[in-house]
Amino acid sequence: MNRFHRNSATFWLFLTPVLFAFVMIVAIPFFVGAFYSLTDWNATARAGQGLTFVGFQNFADSFRDPAFLYSFIITTIYTIVNVAVINVLAIALALAVTSKLKLRNVYRMGFFVPYLIGGLILGYLWQFIFNNAVPAIGEATGFLAALAKPENLILGRVPSSIVALVIVGSWQYAGYIMMIYVAAIEGVPEELYEAAQIDGASEWNKFTNITVPMIAQAFTITMFLTLVNSFKQFDVNYSLTAGGPATTFMGDSIFGTELLAMNIYNTAFVGNDLAAGQARAVVFFVVIVAFSLAQVWYNKRKELEL
Amino acid sequence: MVVFLIIYLYPFVIVLINSAKDAFAVTQFPMQLPEKWGQLFVNMQTIWTSPNIRYGSSFVSSVMITAFSLIFVTIFPAMGAWVLVRTKTKTSHVLFLIFVAAMVIPFQIVMFPLVSWFRTVFQITGIRLLRTYFGIVLAYLGFGLSLSVFVYHGFIKSIPFELEEASIIDGCKLPEVFFRIIFPLLTPVHATIGILHGMWIWNDFLLPLLVLGKGNRIQTLPLAVANFAGAYVKQWDLILTAILMAMIPVLILFFVAQKKIVSGMVAGSIK
Repeated sequence: MNRFHRNSATFWLFLTPVLFAFVMIVAIPFFVGAFYSLTDWNATARAGQGLTFVGFQNFADSFRDPAFLYSFIITTIYTIVNVAVINVLAIALALAVTSKLKLRNVYRMGFFVPYLIGGLILGYLWQFIFNNAVPAIGEATGFLAALAKPENLILGRVPSSIVALVIVGSWQYAGYIMMIYVAAIEGVPEELYEAAQIDGASEWNKFTNITVPMIAQAFTITMFLTLVNSFKQFDVNYSLTAGGPATTFMGDSIFGTELLAMNIYNTAFVGNDLAAGQARAVVFFVVIVAFSLAQVWYNKRKELEL
Repeated sequence: MVVFLIIYLYPFVIVLINSAKDAFAVTQFPMQLPEKWGQLFVNMQTIWTSPNIRYGSSFVSSVMITAFSLIFVTIFPAMGAWVLVRTKTKTSHVLFLIFVAAMVIPFQIVMFPLVSWFRTVFQITGIRLLRTYFGIVLAYLGFGLSLSVFVYHGFIKSIPFELEEASIIDGCKLPEVFFRIIFPLLTPVHATIGILHGMWIWNDFLLPLLVLGKGNRIQTLPLAVANFAGAYVKQWDLILTAILMAMIPVLILFFVAQKKIVSGMVAGSIK
């Protein structure tokens, strides 16, 4: 029996719209961009006119630029902390809202709500909380009075600003990740817990020996999602700290909370060096691909072992 | 647990109570309830008429961009995925792999060349892609289609071919088979795709910033809020009101269709 259509006219006709969009939006800019990263492309140049091939100069310069190196380091720190906080919070919430809790659907929806709002808008909202609401709480409560001092503003210092980015990023994302864990936990057969109950297992034992292995598939997804999304963070960075406050690194005065995505953007549009921005974007891309492959490979292997 | 949920959602309460204060009260007493709620409507009126935020037209633009992008990012990838599933050639296999592989491409690596490429297209053909609806919808189709093709592909594989065979014997042409038989069967996938892409497109900031630009006649709500917050630095009474007004449409939609939205998001992530 012929299980497939043999009509290449229909084949190409049906693929035309997606192929057109793909070539226009992804393929051409991707390859042109890879080429531009090896040239002296700048804001005044037009495609194909007056570009000089400079080899890996832009890459070499980027890795000598303190702002880029610093950005790389804090993005790594931010990503690791953010992934950990989101996942711990999300699992805790998921366990809570899958227990025999009254109104558990209200809780689920409630924790999910921040995820509905875009990072840009949430960043402004939290900027107000850190700059105005937190000092006001400090004033009102005696024991937190230190928070009210202008020199102690959370967004006034680099380390606490990064913590602020993690707070907002986790607060926004945990509810979504929680929902993925909820779906996984609800898929675990009840009999396993009953059997463990009979064997006298503690709640912690049940969690580590039944829940965790049974939701291994979900870990692959959540780790990947949180890792890549934390690494790509731009919106909250833009609206919450805008890269500030300033700091010094390797003798240069630079932005203290400029994550990679923002560093790429600023290099191209504020620094007017499109080629350098593009080279950094290529590095950014390579890291994401490596992350993705490593993460998926690692989790797949782990699933097999369990 | 109740206390925790209230603290968790308290930032939204802060937005609400401070949207009903004037510029002085908002910085002096950010944690207190407003003296009179009437101020809320005064502030909303200011936002509504502000030439910086142009709330009405930004809202319409956001709706138009999201709606048209969603129509294209469901229909076209569904068509493509169908022929990719039902044609077993090397070409079809390679094309599918290319689409799927493109999912890891971050926007950052294509954004600068995309803008310059759009400018080049305009110089050659006269078709405006920067600062137009057409350009941004095409961009969303381009960036959204990989995930769409992938999800549709997985679902179409599970539809028995006999269904199509029967209608071909009845004299249906291939395009008819797709639009009459297959497309309606894909309804649950349309919902998943629509929710996943809808959330992304509605809240997206960087792509509209680059493709539409600042100070354009067409601007999305996130662009409008960023514009406004940039122009009215520290005018928190108005910025928070703008935030409140930008959140309201999404929150209403969520309360109407919360189950669908959550299950769509989760299903989309697992695939």
